Amino acid sequence: MSLDTALPKTGGCRETPVLKQRGQREVFCGLTGIIWLHRKMQDAFFLVIGSRTCAHLLQSAAGVMIFAEPRFGTAILEETDLAGMADAQDELDSVVAKLLSRRPDIKQLFLVGSCPSEVIKLDLARAAERMTQTYAPHVRVLNFSGSGIETTFTQGEDACLASMVPVLPTSEARELMLVGALPDVVEQQAIGLLTQMGIGPIRVLPAPRAADQFGVGDNTVFALTQPFLGDTHAALERRGARHIPAPFPFGEEGTTAWLAAIAEEFGVSQEVFDRVTAAPRDRARRAVAQASEMLRGKSVFFFPDSQLEIPLARFLTRECGMTAIEVGAPYIHQNIVGPDLDLLLEGPVLSEGQDVDLQLERCRAARPDLTVCGLGLANPLEAEGMATKWAIELVFTPVHFYEQAGDLAGLFSRPLRRRGLLKLEAAE
Amino acid sequence: MKLTVWTYEGPPHVGAMRVATAMKGLHYVLHAPQGDTYADLLFTMIERRNHRPPVTYTTFQARDLGSDTAQLFQDACREAYERFKPEAIIVGASCTAELIQDDPGGMAETMGLPVPIIALELPSYQRKENFGADETFFQIVRHLARPVAKTDRMTCNLIGATALGYRHRDDIEELTGLLSDMGVEVNVCAPMGATPSDIARLGAAHFNVLMYPETGESACRWMERDLGLPFTKTVPIGVGATRDFIAEVAAITGLSPKVDESRLRLPWYSASVDSTYLTGKRVFLFGDGTHVKAAARIARDEMGFEVVGLGCYNREMARDIRAVAKDFGLTALITEDYLEVEAAIEAVAPEMILGTQMERHIGKRLGIPCAVISAPVHVQDFPARYSPQMGFEGANVIFDTWVHPLVMGLEEHLLHMFREDFEFHDDAGASHHGGKAVAAPEAVAEPVVAANTQTPAPQTGEVIWLSDAERELKKIPFFVRGKARRNTETFAQQKGLQEISVDTLYEAKAHYAR
Repeated sequence: MSLDTALPKTGGCRETPVLKQRGQREVFCGLTGIIWLHRKMQDAFFLVIGSRTCAHLLQSAAGVMIFAEPRFGTAILEETDLAGMADAQDELDSVVAKLLSRRPDIKQLFLVGSCPSEVIKLDLARAAERMTQTYAPHVRVLNFSGSGIETTFTQGEDACLASMVPVLPTSEARELMLVGALPDVVEQQAIGLLTQMGIGPIRVLPAPRAADQFGVGDNTVFALTQPFLGDTHAALERRGARHIPAPFPFGEEGTTAWLAAIAEEFGVSQEVFDRVTAAPRDRARRAVAQASEMLRGKSVFFFPDSQLEIPLARFLTRECGMTAIEVGAPYIHQNIVGPDLDLLLEGPVLSEGQDVDLQLERCRAARPDLTVCGLGLANPLEAEGMATKWAIELVFTPVHFYEQAGDLAGLFSRPLRRRGLLKLEAAE
Repeated sequence: MKLTVWTYEGPPHVGAMRVATAMKGLHYVLHAPQGDTYADLLFTMIERRNHRPPVTYTTFQARDLGSDTAQLFQDACREAYERFKPEAIIVGASCTAELIQDDPGGMAETMGLPVPIIALELPSYQRKENFGADETFFQIVRHLARPVAKTDRMTCNLIGATALGYRHRDDIEELTGLLSDMGVEVNVCAPMGATPSDIARLGAAHFNVLMYPETGESACRWMERDLGLPFTKTVPIGVGATRDFIAEVAAITGLSPKVDESRLRLPWYSASVDSTYLTGKRVFLFGDGTHVKAAARIARDEMGFEVVGLGCYNREMARDIRAVAKDFGLTALITEDYLEVEAAIEAVAPEMILGTQMERHIGKRLGIPCAVISAPVHVQDFPARYSPQMGFEGANVIFDTWVHPLVMGLEEHLLHMFREDFEFHDDAGASHHGGKAVAAPEAVAEPVVAANTQTPAPQTGEVIWLSDAERELKKIPFFVRGKARRNTETFAQQKGLQEISVDTLYEAKAHYAR
């Protein structure tokens, strides 16, 4: 297997010192991940043990209330729970009993820790163990923390997936595991390409249903589809599985490199690889070329949001002709995004964590052509005359692999195209 | 511990943010964990604000808990002062910070900042958003407002409008105009648009207009007691309420209650013959107490609807709403449980819901038209056009808004006449609404077995519908079918009948004819 992905001549960003500042962080907490996780795992219920703030966040982040009874909810802690007048474990038992009797369709229940439940040290692991015994084999009960004091936005998905790893059965089978919650259509595309290369069986974590069980062990190899899965990565390695490091499958180049790493692991010949990927690669190149016309020669500034920033900066700079000024990420897992850092042309400031006021000052001074930021900052920056792209859309939209490469470029070019279209200046 | 699916109100610190964001020259330092910054997007996205809310969050993380979160708070407070140079600072804790007991108020007061520091105590595990807004504004007023000389001209303050309020922006404009017609000028509008120094001169007005009791009543009561400012008790939403409000202002000021009503169109629109079809429409009301109270009066007295159920989600208004319900011969539904509201609506099967964005979803599911009358707000509740709820233009807006979701007069008749028509069947919906009409499902010939006609159909309530009657019911157009079903069941229960036949259906129809 050889790859025509050329490394930057001046060297990549793997050794670039990272700017770390401590101040106000304008980011979501890990509970937000429930919004997409509950759609992906169709027989799971996510029960947040938290405050009214947690419930309000979920409702606001979900945007619209589509479902009468969604598969997530909040057990809101009350004064009596905090004052020790009621045993919180007993209270939780009765909330869960009521919930499960009302919703017999639930096969997996996640008890999700929040800031208040962490601070009062409510032991959800113990609760999950107790409930598993009560409700087995019908319902499996797991726990993870989505609290803001421990997780930032997409780390909630990481914590959730990591909680599922220890309960996977042990298996010695040589299998490929794809890790990360992706929209079904995108997941099917990846599985389709890999299957055509003769790779299989392929397992996906998280599986859509609890019954779709599979094992893990020394012969399991896994590929991450999202860069924020550090804890899951560690949990899988503890079970003996081996990671296939690769750039993340964004854009034509990223997708090819990601597929190539897996193909190499499974001994797929160059000829087979080319035959399977040639047509979609060509389509992806053409789509990106067209969608990135507005982006060529423009600069981009990333505020930290989802940890997708480094792979996306690599895509925008290498495939869309943009220059990165600053690439901010909530956390940088060097060992996971390393291959992307190798490809990212030297130059941008890499920053981890945030002091939002200082970062805004840098952003205003740099006047980038496009700023990628959260919803709390987007309109205020637009009002200052800066073009922005909401970062959250990159998490909620199918953007992985070949067929979405053009859409991904389009997400970034649309704000610029829109500015060109609007003729709203007052007459002089 | 209480399981909650959707909430009508956020936590109390979001109420405090609504006050801080509405004001100018005020900054809120909030001791809160990382993630609580989500609240910013309520203002920047839902309300399309072009500035970040004036809030500094300490955004502490797990690693800070072991060390010094108090120091973190003090640093954040000092930096916020240096950066934003506000005239006054409010400080408080969100739900998690409340648990770690750092006492932000006490700390901030000892820091020696050269501006007033107002500490907020908002119990996150007991109270909610409206309380948070009301209490925050009250504390700001109590700390900053001082007795001052009255203005020479007749002036009032507009009290209660906040950021993220339901049509607050336009209500302010409408009331300012109405009061100006009467000869009253606005001294200060607060919290919306006011600076801390404006708060200091609230006492210069001759009286207060309490626009929204949810967010302004505590401050108005304090100003009445400590600054001698009387406040208006009627919220001017609807024709009758607006006229009562004018009378109240006239009584306080001694000015003439005669104002130009030429812009007011609701009375004629409601009286004109094409509105006959609105008569006795069965409506269910739910929202915040103030808007529900006003809507109940409009529905009955100004639109000619029949109010078949009402309630509110904010317990602070429970007493008022229970009194209104009693006047309507109903029992008020006071709850924050969305599923309970849905069950109540399903049970009375109204022809229209006047509710919040939450009830709009209930309406969608149950196939009942819904118009929105109250917060919690959605991006749709901030229209670009002028669209108040208060005053005469507010009444006009309400007439249009409430009539819009309904199937209109002549169309209703066509639906009656041609109900088997492929364009006028149940699922087609009203023609003036978007969405493609769905073709009528192919009629499936039901095998009619003589012996079968008396078999009980699925049960609703305690009375059994015989299948003949059930089929007859389906022939009634969808928008009155709920009413017919309910009337027939009530009639059958009153008569002590166990089963409903076709005859019972028509007996009931005759009984309820009017």
